[in-house]
Amino acid sequence: MDAREIIARRAARELQDGFYVNLGIGIPTLVANYVPEGMEVILQSENGMLGVGPYPEAGTEDPDLINAGKETVTEIPGTVYFSSADSFAMIRGGHVNLSILGALQVDRNGDLANWMVPGKMIKGMGGAMDLVASARRVIVAMEHATKSGAPKILEACTLPLTGSRVVDTIITELAVIRVTPQGLVLEELGPDATVDQVRQLTGTELIVNEPVRRMF
Amino acid sequence: MNKIFPTAADALADLTDGATVMIGGFGLCGVPEDLIAATVAKGARNLHTISNNMGIDGVGLGLMLEAGMIASHIGSYVGENKLLEEMVIAGRLDLTLTPQGTLAERIRAGGAGIPAFFTPAGAGTIVAEGKEVREFKGRSYVMEEGLTADFALIKAWRADRMGNLVYRRTARNFNPVMATASRCTIAEVEEIVEPGELDPDSIVTPGIFVHRVVRWTGYNKRIERRTVRGGGK
Repeated sequence: MDAREIIARRAARELQDGFYVNLGIGIPTLVANYVPEGMEVILQSENGMLGVGPYPEAGTEDPDLINAGKETVTEIPGTVYFSSADSFAMIRGGHVNLSILGALQVDRNGDLANWMVPGKMIKGMGGAMDLVASARRVIVAMEHATKSGAPKILEACTLPLTGSRVVDTIITELAVIRVTPQGLVLEELGPDATVDQVRQLTGTELIVNEPVRRMF
Repeated sequence: MNKIFPTAADALADLTDGATVMIGGFGLCGVPEDLIAATVAKGARNLHTISNNMGIDGVGLGLMLEAGMIASHIGSYVGENKLLEEMVIAGRLDLTLTPQGTLAERIRAGGAGIPAFFTPAGAGTIVAEGKEVREFKGRSYVMEEGLTADFALIKAWRADRMGNLVYRRTARNFNPVMATASRCTIAEVEEIVEPGELDPDSIVTPGIFVHRVVRWTGYNKRIERRTVRGGGK
């Protein structure tokens, strides 16, 4: 399993039957591939859709049917469409059970930065700030460190924040980490990870209660 | 009552320099292609645009940007547009980035006669800078103001001559809220049907919000990210 698959598989275990879930762009989108058999999870896309289905068969793409990542998708039986205002009422109003999104940085307070790198291209926050502000539960699914090995889980975010004290759980290929009032708790280790390795690639103190169980 | 105009150019005849214009769409989905083209052809200047995105280079709202007709823009995501970044850095365009849900709610509020509201989105971030922040039940909320416009250029699927509208799939997005928030809402549609043909229970935008209707059949409907089963792009 590569890192992205480990993260997506583990994140999928946070799903429950009957959940309405919003998946962010990138690794979070892959979580949909690992919904357990027999479990019904309805995917919300903030551009105005409940019941996002798989990508279409080649040749059947519909330009009027896209997800928030602007990818062509399909509908499922029971799909419903609505306006952007209704969509964010679902999100801000706490009706979406779970939001899984990527991050550039997360810190020990659960602060999240995932929308802007000063000096890099101007992009915008899209729906990320609304999604983290009041989703019932926010999970960050991301690779543990940057490509150059710099920690992304920090004492305090250095990039502009998307939300303050919003993250509940961080899932990486190396660890599952829960944000608690006492600090970050290492709850699980990835398939080949060690506590020392996780500590080395994490930029803030971790609370570790040995033995730490494995993800799978 | 007949709100149908023969062409987009006719419907835009009184669009003047300096107008505030909302444009519907999410990415390139549900964008009023012909109204954008007619606005570019008309050559209005110093427009203040409100739209979730800025098209991409050469497509959608990107065409208005390239024509140099936009003085300011309010949106949530402009990551696909290099020219916009150059113009912002050069100080030729005043860009306001606002969270997407806040944008939708500002438009909804504007259309519903609500001047301002408090939202949790952006609390504790640079979005809250310079704005009133208030605590309700122990949580911080940012005050955001409602938005209205002189014109809303929106895209629907079907209309009747009374301006009742239905949309198709995710091409709905910002279009229905923008319809409510403008002094002059122009709906570009693919089909016009007789009054009574649209199921009254299924009409999304009641005609009271719509002032003009134009039909367009030459859709490009470009797909930004073509994804298909089996991992192909």
